[in-house]
Amino acid sequence: MVGSGKKQAGVGLARSADRAGLTDSAGLAWEYAPAPESRDIVTIAPEYGLFIRDEFRPAIAGGTFATINPATGEKLAAVAEAGPKDVDLAVAAARAAYEHVWGPMPGSERAKYLFRIARVLQERAREFAVLETLDNGKPIRESRDVDVPLAAAHFFYYAGWADKLEHAGFGPAPQPLGVAGQVIPWNFPLLMAAWKLAPALAAGNTCVLKPAETTPLTALLLAEVCQQAGLPAGVVSVLTGAGETGAALVRHPDVDKIAFTGSTEVGKQIASAAAGTGKKLTLELGGKAANIVFDDAPVEQAIEGIVNGIFFNQGHVCCAGSRLLVQESVADAVVDRLKRRLATLRLGDPMDKNTDIGAINSAQQLDKITELTAAGESEGAERWSPPCRLPDRGFWFPPTVFTGVSQSHRIAREEIFGPVLSVLTFRTPEEAVAKANNTPYGLSAGIWTDKGSRILWLAQRMRAGVVWANTYNRFDPASPFGGYQESGYGREGGRHGLAAYLDV
Amino acid sequence: MPGPPKRLDVRKTYKLFVGGAFPRSESGRSYPVLSKSGDLIAYAAKASRKDLRDAVVAARGAFGGWSGATAYNRGQVLYRVAEMMEGRAAQFAAEVASAEGLRPAKADAVVSATIDRWVWYAGWSDKVAQVAGGANAVAGPYFNFSVPEPTGVVVMLAPADSSLLGLVSVLAPVIVTGNTAVVIASESRPLPSVVLAEVLATSDVPAGVVNVLTGSIAELGPVAAGHMDVNAIDLTGAPAADRVALERAAAGNLKRVVTDRDGERWSDPPGTRRLLATLEIKTVWHPVGI
Repeated sequence: MVGSGKKQAGVGLARSADRAGLTDSAGLAWEYAPAPESRDIVTIAPEYGLFIRDEFRPAIAGGTFATINPATGEKLAAVAEAGPKDVDLAVAAARAAYEHVWGPMPGSERAKYLFRIARVLQERAREFAVLETLDNGKPIRESRDVDVPLAAAHFFYYAGWADKLEHAGFGPAPQPLGVAGQVIPWNFPLLMAAWKLAPALAAGNTCVLKPAETTPLTALLLAEVCQQAGLPAGVVSVLTGAGETGAALVRHPDVDKIAFTGSTEVGKQIASAAAGTGKKLTLELGGKAANIVFDDAPVEQAIEGIVNGIFFNQGHVCCAGSRLLVQESVADAVVDRLKRRLATLRLGDPMDKNTDIGAINSAQQLDKITELTAAGESEGAERWSPPCRLPDRGFWFPPTVFTGVSQSHRIAREEIFGPVLSVLTFRTPEEAVAKANNTPYGLSAGIWTDKGSRILWLAQRMRAGVVWANTYNRFDPASPFGGYQESGYGREGGRHGLAAYLDV
Repeated sequence: MPGPPKRLDVRKTYKLFVGGAFPRSESGRSYPVLSKSGDLIAYAAKASRKDLRDAVVAARGAFGGWSGATAYNRGQVLYRVAEMMEGRAAQFAAEVASAEGLRPAKADAVVSATIDRWVWYAGWSDKVAQVAGGANAVAGPYFNFSVPEPTGVVVMLAPADSSLLGLVSVLAPVIVTGNTAVVIASESRPLPSVVLAEVLATSDVPAGVVNVLTGSIAELGPVAAGHMDVNAIDLTGAPAADRVALERAAAGNLKRVVTDRDGERWSDPPGTRRLLATLEIKTVWHPVGI
């Protein structure tokens, strides 16, 4: 076991004292006692192997890398780094399992394995939440209330499809594709694993999953859950590693299907590498979503929606509402209220149950956010953050709002993937549409207005795969998710998510 | 030795179809189109890269209106196309017969199948949303629904062999859902596509919804695949040797890539695969409350 609960509690206390000066709008100071979640529920091994053919084993070449707690910088564990030979081994195991076990198995039997996985996930939910927060840096409130329950829900949802595929609208006997190579990001490590594995397994494919380099631990715990569920050997493999491991997996000639969630840049590389191979490919990539606020919007709800849109998960969200488009007549009032609200956000120890903003996932990501926000200032936008003391250790970035942003600014065009909001204004609905769609991305959009006909008018015109009206960042296994244009192709969730793993 | 005919026939000039007009290639080029037996049938315009870019501009310009039209309206317009095709059936049959070297009866059968296929797809306009979309039962107080929407501008490298039935089998499923199209016709058998363009021009299809180019696949294909304002590309008519390069170029802006399937026969019932391939699923959430 690495670290201790006491150490975490100490960090929380120190930070709480930092906040003594915070006041609410009435000038009253709010003091929070630390409320740390205990990390004792999780046992982190000093070393982790790859999960291949139902066993954990070191990488053939013996390489390892460290995964750290981004909130403190402490090393959590050494994790095996899969090389090409490990990829060969896992793909061969997946192929054998597909040919001999999982492919021929009746859907009703596959379903029961998935139900089992969902149940174990629920039973070990707190353990997963704590581990996710330690490895990722996201607030325990989010990992506990969003990531883990949704991951379990995904397995539940797709379990029910496994024996109903002939009714899914893809013909009388839709066939699986074979071996799926799945590469997932670090922002929702367990949830993305569930999004990938559940539909693939329900459809009858076998999977080789490559979690992100900085967040491998919950995928490895999920591998243990697969063991506990009695999942046959080779049906799911977990290969930890960095970009090279992922590249080896997606380029493997015996992989039939590639599913990738991550940056648009890497998505293009994968699409290029897959050219001419006949591999089926789904990509869930970046975004630069507009969150559009009209003058008749219910303002308190809109403020909460803006905050949830961009500061949920430190803004490490591909569908984050990173461009606030606010109607000019209410722009000053909305921005003022937003700033007051941001002053009440609590940044700090992710293990504290009162924490709103956790740690940035990695030094590399912090550098990227820092670089882009510097560009925002140098290009002439006005930068603001609430008074906010950052912890001394780990990777942190304060909630940040840019006003006076124009469409040509880098902070209005490039995905920052951090707690940074760019505010632009508009006068007419037509202008809002034009600005919202002025991006090569097209993953999501938000609309805030009290007028129903306007919601539907705008929803029709948003070139985006998910439109949240008078809400934001809602997810559900029954709800298809995915992008237009350079935000990728294919959908995850719902009946449409099955199509990604069937030969249709 | 026979003398001059009693009446000299008026030969046709086969031109491009861009933005509702029939220009020659801006490059001034044309190329000879030969029959199966090697005789010259006619000259076709040889579209340039500039013509292709102009066609994409026309298709982009038409996208808002066409995708924003009601599904009922699109269905009506496309059904009207079938009516016009029926009236020109003899002309199509003659073109297909000379392009593909078919006997008259076979050519007639191809034209009939083509018109029937067009009618089949026309009827999908106001049905695909119910088949591909619907309400989603989310675990919370939200109304949540998914609708299919057109992906945008689609370039298709039309089938090399089947100059009319194949062409319509790749074109109709794309435009019926509201996409706009740039067709790069079969290089060796381009003439039926020009007649189809003439039908489209007289069938209430708005200008720019379908643009038809004739010319060199090797010249135009890479430009289409690399064009940053094209949303999807259908490589059905691409030479096998070019596919990898074209798919790689298409990855530059993550175009949706449509390919033919092994054993895909144009005479078979098409199913919904091509219809769904150029659609995006949009999901809309709204809270439920009082």
